[in-house]
Amino acid sequence: MSKVLIGLVPGIIVYAWLFGGGIMITLALATTTALLTEALMLKLRKRPVQPFLSDYSAIITGWLLALAIPPLAPWWLIVVGTAFAIIVSKQLYGGLGYNPFNPAMVGYAVLLISFPVIMTKWPAALSLAQTKLSFMDQFHYIFSTTLPSNVNLDAVTSATPLDYLKTQLKLNQSMTDIQSAPIFGVVGSKGSEMIALAYLAGGIFLWQQRIITWHLPIAFLGSIAAIAGLFWIIDSTQFASPLFHLFSGASMLGAFFILTDPVSGPTTPKGKLYFAAGAGLITYLVRVYGGYPDGVAFAVIFMNICVPLIDMYTQPRVFGHKQ
Amino acid sequence: MNAPINFAGLLRKTKDVFRFHGGINPPENKAQSTQLPIGKLPIPEKLVLPLRQHIGNIPKTKVAVGDKVLKGQLIAEAEGAVSAAIHAPTSGIISAIAEAVIPHPSGLPDQCITITPDGEDNWIERHPQDWRNGDVDNLISSLRLSGIVGLGGATFPTQIKLRSDKAAIHTLIINAAECEPYITCDDMLMREYYAEIVQGIAIAKRLLGAHTVLIGIEDNKPEAIQAMRLATVNTAIQVKIVPTLYPSGDARRLVHLLLGQEVPHDKRSTEVGIQVFNVATVLALYRYFEFGEPALSRVVSMTGNVERPQNFEVLFGTPLLDLVKAAGGAKADTSHYIMGGPMMGFNLPNEQVPITKAANCIIAASPTLFEPPPPAMPCIRCVRCADACPVNLQPQELYWFAKSDNFEKAHDYNLFDCIECGACSYVCPSNIPLVQYYRYAKSEIIALDKAKEAANIARERNEFRLARIEREKQERAAKHAARAQGAKATETTGDSPAVNDKQAAIAAAIERAKAQKTVNNTAPKNVTNISTSIQAEIAEIDARRAATGLTNKQTSGVDADKQAKIAAAVARAKAQKAEVDALKLNEDNQTKQTVADVEKQATMHASIEQAKTSKAGSANAPVSDINAKPVADLEKQAKIDAAIARAKAQKAAALNAKENQSKE
Repeated sequence: MSKVLIGLVPGIIVYAWLFGGGIMITLALATTTALLTEALMLKLRKRPVQPFLSDYSAIITGWLLALAIPPLAPWWLIVVGTAFAIIVSKQLYGGLGYNPFNPAMVGYAVLLISFPVIMTKWPAALSLAQTKLSFMDQFHYIFSTTLPSNVNLDAVTSATPLDYLKTQLKLNQSMTDIQSAPIFGVVGSKGSEMIALAYLAGGIFLWQQRIITWHLPIAFLGSIAAIAGLFWIIDSTQFASPLFHLFSGASMLGAFFILTDPVSGPTTPKGKLYFAAGAGLITYLVRVYGGYPDGVAFAVIFMNICVPLIDMYTQPRVFGHKQ
Repeated sequence: MNAPINFAGLLRKTKDVFRFHGGINPPENKAQSTQLPIGKLPIPEKLVLPLRQHIGNIPKTKVAVGDKVLKGQLIAEAEGAVSAAIHAPTSGIISAIAEAVIPHPSGLPDQCITITPDGEDNWIERHPQDWRNGDVDNLISSLRLSGIVGLGGATFPTQIKLRSDKAAIHTLIINAAECEPYITCDDMLMREYYAEIVQGIAIAKRLLGAHTVLIGIEDNKPEAIQAMRLATVNTAIQVKIVPTLYPSGDARRLVHLLLGQEVPHDKRSTEVGIQVFNVATVLALYRYFEFGEPALSRVVSMTGNVERPQNFEVLFGTPLLDLVKAAGGAKADTSHYIMGGPMMGFNLPNEQVPITKAANCIIAASPTLFEPPPPAMPCIRCVRCADACPVNLQPQELYWFAKSDNFEKAHDYNLFDCIECGACSYVCPSNIPLVQYYRYAKSEIIALDKAKEAANIARERNEFRLARIEREKQERAAKHAARAQGAKATETTGDSPAVNDKQAAIAAAIERAKAQKTVNNTAPKNVTNISTSIQAEIAEIDARRAATGLTNKQTSGVDADKQAKIAAAVARAKAQKAEVDALKLNEDNQTKQTVADVEKQATMHASIEQAKTSKAGSANAPVSDINAKPVADLEKQAKIDAAIARAKAQKAAALNAKENQSKE
């Protein structure tokens, strides 16, 4: 599973480049917490610690959560989220291979519901922010929630495009006006779309390495694109373009790194298509009609529930059997 | 996961074959044992011939200890339909007929005939047959004496595969894929005996009446392909190259590769007109018909951790150690020996086991050659196993069901379609020994089915027994009643009047007293729920009361006494009859059930008989006439038990055979 971590590296580099080194602190916190809680739980469950730590599955959970939450969130947020993901969502269900839900997404959902304010306060890309925070500034902010004396919080944060779009549309702003806001980039969010592109590259690497198959990412992105395209064709003044949706939020991260968790996902090729298409649909609906800015986490958790059913009804034809 | 594999498949230069799902490419390790030509072993000091070398019935020993035998002499003859004969591989003396360790996964000893060779290698008289013009049926039935079995490893008696009582065979496929790593015996055979193989194919083709013949060879055997291509010029035989992809040598996979046709899971390939023979088997056919040589030896790959890996022609019964020595001996760190390939083979119990008809390859194993697998980790449902499964099963689900003893579900997910090729275990990143789980689940399911079947038979037998007991009880009761009536008739005339008078007087007195007590009350008629004995009593009392009623006023007198006596007797008889009637009534329902049970039992017996005759052919003599002679119940029961057990065993053997045949 080390290749999954390698696949995330391009995204992380772009992330750090565009949003500052603070993400590295979050990632380090996540890694440490994940390994410690995993080791603790393995000890408590009287399981061998070393083989289970060296499969990197705990680190992947930590990293995915770190990449999903706002990068300047206080240190305890990622610690609580990762600990919850590992202890409750993974180890209490029996550890590796037995968790019905994607641990990182359970951790994310818990944080989002428990700490909605922090979880929706995203820093602006460095190029957009009125004040650029240095790595040390970010470090201090993460651990003490104090900014340099001359900086106030609004100067470093901004609404995410998904959020902005939703609120502005409610205010009857026109789509072109909304999208001319500085936070919008070429197709999605300025900055984030570049990270999404890097995730896409990492995902292609995973596919090329046969860590993942095409089924989940293609079906997920295809589903988002199809439904977004449909709404967009019907009324492009009220609905954003498919490309916007593909490169906003956690679409790419979800497609290649979150949905592809084998343990909590479906196993049959056809099942993967249904699972990912369903997740894409729910993601879109949450984004456009739901109360949260992005819907990948809820979509994945909901589809996790459906996995046994999907697997049962999508058994491939066995050699020598009729369909 | 399908995509990259299929995509790679499209790029391969094997356009004229039909790829199956999955498959793996383990390291081939075939080059080691193809450096030297097929070697010959000196006659060993002893030959140990297990009777169980094939699928089917154990052959019947035809020799005794001390007998002198010639090379090619029949020493055990085929027993029943599915069985194969065994011949003396060289001349010598039968030195033992006893249990010895055989090459079997269980490591358990089994009955073996041991020959001490005299070193002269004297042949018995041989009878070549004109296979080009001879009568096909005669040729096929003569194979019963050949001892030839499928030499690909499945060891199914070849005669059965040639019998024409199945659907007409249109296509003969020669399995020369040899997909398992390390094994090279078929490769070397084709390189050296291509001409004989082509003749053997012609024999099989004629005996089967097939129109089309295809030879499937994996593309990692260019020399063999070349040899077979040259040998089949100007024949109708097509040499087809199949991609090197384990398990292409599985019969159903090979049929699909060559014909693009899936043999239905519940049928054998013969049922769709396709027969598959191993390349070594057709060579054995040629030797048998052309020279009259029965199956005495085979080519075995001796490879792995030995000094000079090589293929050898080995007499059946040769101790493994002789073969190891011929290959230069085992290297120092040899830990054990594997028979068959590394994928589907099994560990041999020791170096003394004999080479049998099934032994296509012996691998000397060492810890460096076969690293012990790291400890198994949990399944993360990565479905690499499903991608590798050539049957397109869902191994990750089967594993889960097998592990949780959810056998019904495992069965639903087509566990029994698993060919145990081991591709899933091979690719599993968590090192889970998946095939072992499937074997466990299969054996558990089979055991449960057997237990269920046994319980059903036991239940039916018990019901039959209960019915018989009831019937006998009725018969006894009827007999009693008849006898009692006869007795009463004599009693009324023969008893001494004095005693009778007294008794009658007492009875009359009692009755009077009772009658006074109950005054005009008649006996309660609500007697349906009263037991038969009480009913009888009541009837008797009634009768006596009636009698006393008649003589109520004449309190004394011989007439009255007599009458009372008669009435009492009649009443008693009636009571007895009533008892019998009640018995009958009581058992009305039971009788109905009994009839059904008897019928069931009869059909069961019939089916057992049928199974015996059809499956076993000539089953053991003593039980073949169960229903012919009337015998004591116990004896009969014992025989039925034996027959059932045998029928079951034969069924199991036939099932096994079917499975194995399809595997070959």
